[in-house]
Order: sequence, then C-alpha cells, then structure tokens
Amino acid sequence: MYRIDFNKLRFLICDDNPHMRRILRTLLHSFGAREAYEAEDGATALEMYSHYVPDIVITDWAMPIFDGLELAQMIRQPESKGNPYAPIIMLTGHSEKRRVTVARDAGVTEFLAKPISAKGLYQRILNVVANPRPFIKTKTYFGPDRRRNTNNAYIGPERRVGGEMEVMQQPSLLDKARSNV
Amino acid sequence: MAKEKPGTIQVKSFADHHVITQPNPLRKMLLRVPESDLDDPVGRAEKALAGLSGEFKNWMAIEADRLSAAHAVILRNGFTVDNREELFRAAHDIKGDAATFGFPSAGAAAESLCRIIEHAPDLDQVPPELITHHINAIQAIVRERTKLDTAVMASALSKQLRGITDEFLLKVNRDRPEHLEAILAPSIVPAE
Repeated sequence: MYRIDFNKLRFLICDDNPHMRRILRTLLHSFGAREAYEAEDGATALEMYSHYVPDIVITDWAMPIFDGLELAQMIRQPESKGNPYAPIIMLTGHSEKRRVTVARDAGVTEFLAKPISAKGLYQRILNVVANPRPFIKTKTYFGPDRRRNTNNAYIGPERRVGGEMEVMQQPSLLDKARSNV
Repeated sequence: MAKEKPGTIQVKSFADHHVITQPNPLRKMLLRVPESDLDDPVGRAEKALAGLSGEFKNWMAIEADRLSAAHAVILRNGFTVDNREELFRAAHDIKGDAATFGFPSAGAAAESLCRIIEHAPDLDQVPPELITHHINAIQAIVRERTKLDTAVMASALSKQLRGITDEFLLKVNRDRPEHLEAILAPSIVPAE
C-alpha cells in the first residue's frame, strides 16, 4: 500500500476567493502538507511559481489580471527558465465538458469541478504524484499527454508512428437544440 | 528557496511531435507502507472542513452581498466590461462554493445567472427583472436558511429560475449554434 508524504510536497494555491483559499489550505494541511503558498491572481501566482518552485499548482480558472488558463499556458513554456512540467490541478466552478477540453489543451494536468471535496482533491493529488504522464510537444501544444486511456478499438491513423492526422466529425447538439426551440 | 531541477529528460521524436519523459520527480513523496500504518487523510480533511463549517453561513452572506453590490453598480451605470466581469465572478464564486457552504440551491441559482451572463447576446436586452430575481433569490436562500421549510422552497425557486433562464437563452440564441450547444450540453457535476 502507498501513501503520499505530504509534508515534503510544496503547493501553490491560486484563487481570488479568500474563502476558497482557506478551504484549500485547511484540506492540504489536514492531508499533512506544510508548505502551501497562496496567490490571489494569476500574475502573483506566476511570480510565486518562479520563486518557490512548487511541486504542484492548484489554480482556479476565473480570476482577475490573468486567469488560471493563462497561468497554465505561461507555466507550460518549454523554453522557459522555470519548470514547465509541474502538475497543474485546475479547481473551478466551470462545469461544462467543453471547459475540460479547453483546460486540457492549455496544459492542465487534472481538472476538478467545484463543489470541492476532500476525496476529489486527494485523488487528483495522488494521481499526479503516482501516475505522471509523459509530456507532448507539437507546434501548437506543450503539456501532459492528452491520451489518458488506451483504446484497443481505435481504428484511425496512428500519429505516433508518423501517420497523417485526420479530422474526426463529432455529432453536434445543434440539431437537438433546434428541435427544442 | 529553489529546489533541484527535474531529473534527466528523454525525448522521443515523431513526425509531428515529441514525447518527453522524465523520471517522476515526485516519486520520492510516495511511501510504501504496511496496511496497518495507513492513515485516513481524507477522513481527517473532512473533519477539518466540518470544523470550519461554523463560518460558512457568514462566508455565504459575504459572497451574496458581493453579488448584490456588483448588481447595484450595474443598475446605476448599466453594463460595462468591468462590471459585467465582476458580476460574473461573484456569481461564479457562489456557483462553485455554495454547495460546500451548505447552500446548494443558492449555487444552482448562481449557475443560472452565470449562464445568462455568458450566453445572452446582449446583456442590455435581458429583462432586468430576470437578473434581479436571481440576485434576490440567492439573498433569500442565504437569509432564510435556518427556517425548516425553506430547503424545499429554495430548491423549487432555483429550479424555476433555471427553467425560465433556459427558455430565454434558447430563444435568444436560436441563430448562435455554438452557444446553443453550450447551453444544452450536460454538466459534468452530478445533480444534487
């Protein structure tokens, strides 16, 4: 059996809401963490990221100055002097699937929709500590591998052996929407 | 304060991308322990959160007042980019926090308000009472929570607001497929 040695982990919490920061701090300290730095906007978080070199970043999405998505994009700069590989857990009130995709494409490692729970947060932390994914660098993306599962039924081109990319058409909800209007 | 840089990085190159693997820098934080030594960090955290719960009503009142203040500015000055953002952030915070604070129906009403702000083509054309009803509902749910019969009423109120909002948004977004798709997409958060 494994457990996380939280007191060796350094966290950076970024949320403009002081109540949510307090909740996060309480949860992390209860898990056993001793080092949890806090920022209330993306700009301050980026500065603290360079200064404290946290092991894990937990960020909100909607924030003033620049938001959690922009923060993730700034951290995920492959040529930057700082560490572009730190796990980023996005904790947000956004609860739409398209937001998960946008966050994933910005280089976010884990997505956790509010309302927050101790179990949900712990599981995301356990996942980034125990099961880090390789990073992928393309012309338009740098971040954790977005393929989370192996799909044995996949029959399209295999880009990882050099095949051409193919656009897969997704069924749209538009027709359904129009029929409801 | 700086820690060591991550370990040696391996890069595998393909036609249009690179796969970068580094030894897990957090591996040393994972300890193998006998089952008898496993503690319960989640249970401990839940207890700590319960210890904070005495403050939740006050926090919720602060959040609701922030929302009302943002709305009051809009009533005085009309919508601007800045005050729209502030109204959205205040509503969005309630949407995310209210269930944790024990006010799930306030969270649902705030979510409905967020949808108006995000998906109405022109906020100046939104019936002002639709927004006002959301603000008043959230304030009422927070204020009246201690009464025994209010949980059911709060839930019914937020559901009704959501129904009216969705009807309005579907109508005004008839010709905006990307918004229609977002409005109709299911939430990834399980319903209460």
